Amino acid sequence: MMAPFYKFDLFSEEFSFIIAFIIGIGFGFFLERAGFGSAKKLTSQFYFTDMAVFKVMFTAIVTAMIGVYYLSLIGFLDYNLIYRNDTFLVPQIVGGLILGFGFIIGGYCPGTSLVAASTGKLDAIFFLLGVIAGTFGLSLIFSAIEPFYYSTAMGKLNLSDVLHIPYGIVIFFVVLMALGGFIAAEWVEKRLASKNVEVKDEKN
Amino acid sequence: MESNQKNERFYSPPKPYSNPYLAGIGLGLVLLLTFIIMGRGLGASGAFSSTLAAIVNSIDTEFAHNNAFYKSYLEDNTNPLKDWLVFEVLGVLFGGFISGILAGRVKYSIERGPNFTDKKRLLFAFLGGSLMGIGAKLARGCTSGQALSGGALLNFGSWAFMLSVFAGAYMLAYFLRRQWR
Repeated sequence: MMAPFYKFDLFSEEFSFIIAFIIGIGFGFFLERAGFGSAKKLTSQFYFTDMAVFKVMFTAIVTAMIGVYYLSLIGFLDYNLIYRNDTFLVPQIVGGLILGFGFIIGGYCPGTSLVAASTGKLDAIFFLLGVIAGTFGLSLIFSAIEPFYYSTAMGKLNLSDVLHIPYGIVIFFVVLMALGGFIAAEWVEKRLASKNVEVKDEKN
Repeated sequence: MESNQKNERFYSPPKPYSNPYLAGIGLGLVLLLTFIIMGRGLGASGAFSSTLAAIVNSIDTEFAHNNAFYKSYLEDNTNPLKDWLVFEVLGVLFGGFISGILAGRVKYSIERGPNFTDKKRLLFAFLGGSLMGIGAKLARGCTSGQALSGGALLNFGSWAFMLSVFAGAYMLAYFLRRQWR
């Protein structure tokens, strides 16, 4: 095992901040390349006119997921040393729903709003201020919701543990699901595109 | 005619976005590299919380240290801005800007549908952002930290979260169509 490098003390915390900045550049670069600096592009996912959010996200998940799996298999990377959040099932589902509402109302998520702000979108700056304001609001009532926040604690748990299926088989199913999703996404986009053309033709 | 050509040279139209699958592979490799080098995933919302903790702490230290939310950010007595995600987020701003400049996509604008006003759009952006801040805290992360990073590690809570995000957005999409369509 050699990786994760940081967990084997190959460099200092100060140096990790330089790495953070460089990795961030890569992250922001590809988010912008994908068109995720545009709220209209992002929200098109939820009107079935442009499924890029699903395509980009699941291609990224599948790429990293397979990479982690095979690098662990050959003994290069220790999966167990990668930080994973504990599962708090109900707060995470409720948080996810609220975040989904915020996505369609606000047009971004925190990461994409940064890219949108740096490419000149004023609405993204308002969104960023909103995130800070919302977090501040929550902090004022945090002690009251703390019992809920820590409810349904399940510890470190992955899909393989929950489904009692070997990790590699879960990966296989996730890949199948993603491929099925990609085919469906392409089909939906083509269908809606031809529909839009028909509408235009009728107008002419 | 001549001035038209000049305009075209100086204001070349924005280049089209990358192929989503290629951008996805690029994003996935950045994430994989983060796992390999750092032993952690990417993120965004955590940097906002750290920044807020730093602001609140600088305004009223006593309040911040007595507040259950900020306590955890101030426990080790270092500046909350000395945080991996804060530096990563600065990189995200920079990387997005570089990509935007290279593609001619850096331009002042307010993104909205044709039948929506700028004022309303800015208000909705602020409201949506506020909900995001609340949701991301409850979920222990946002689309970057939970859905993308936790998703790639097959984290159970991350997958439950991801499905909820899509469900929430689809549930409300119809009612907000005028903002976008």
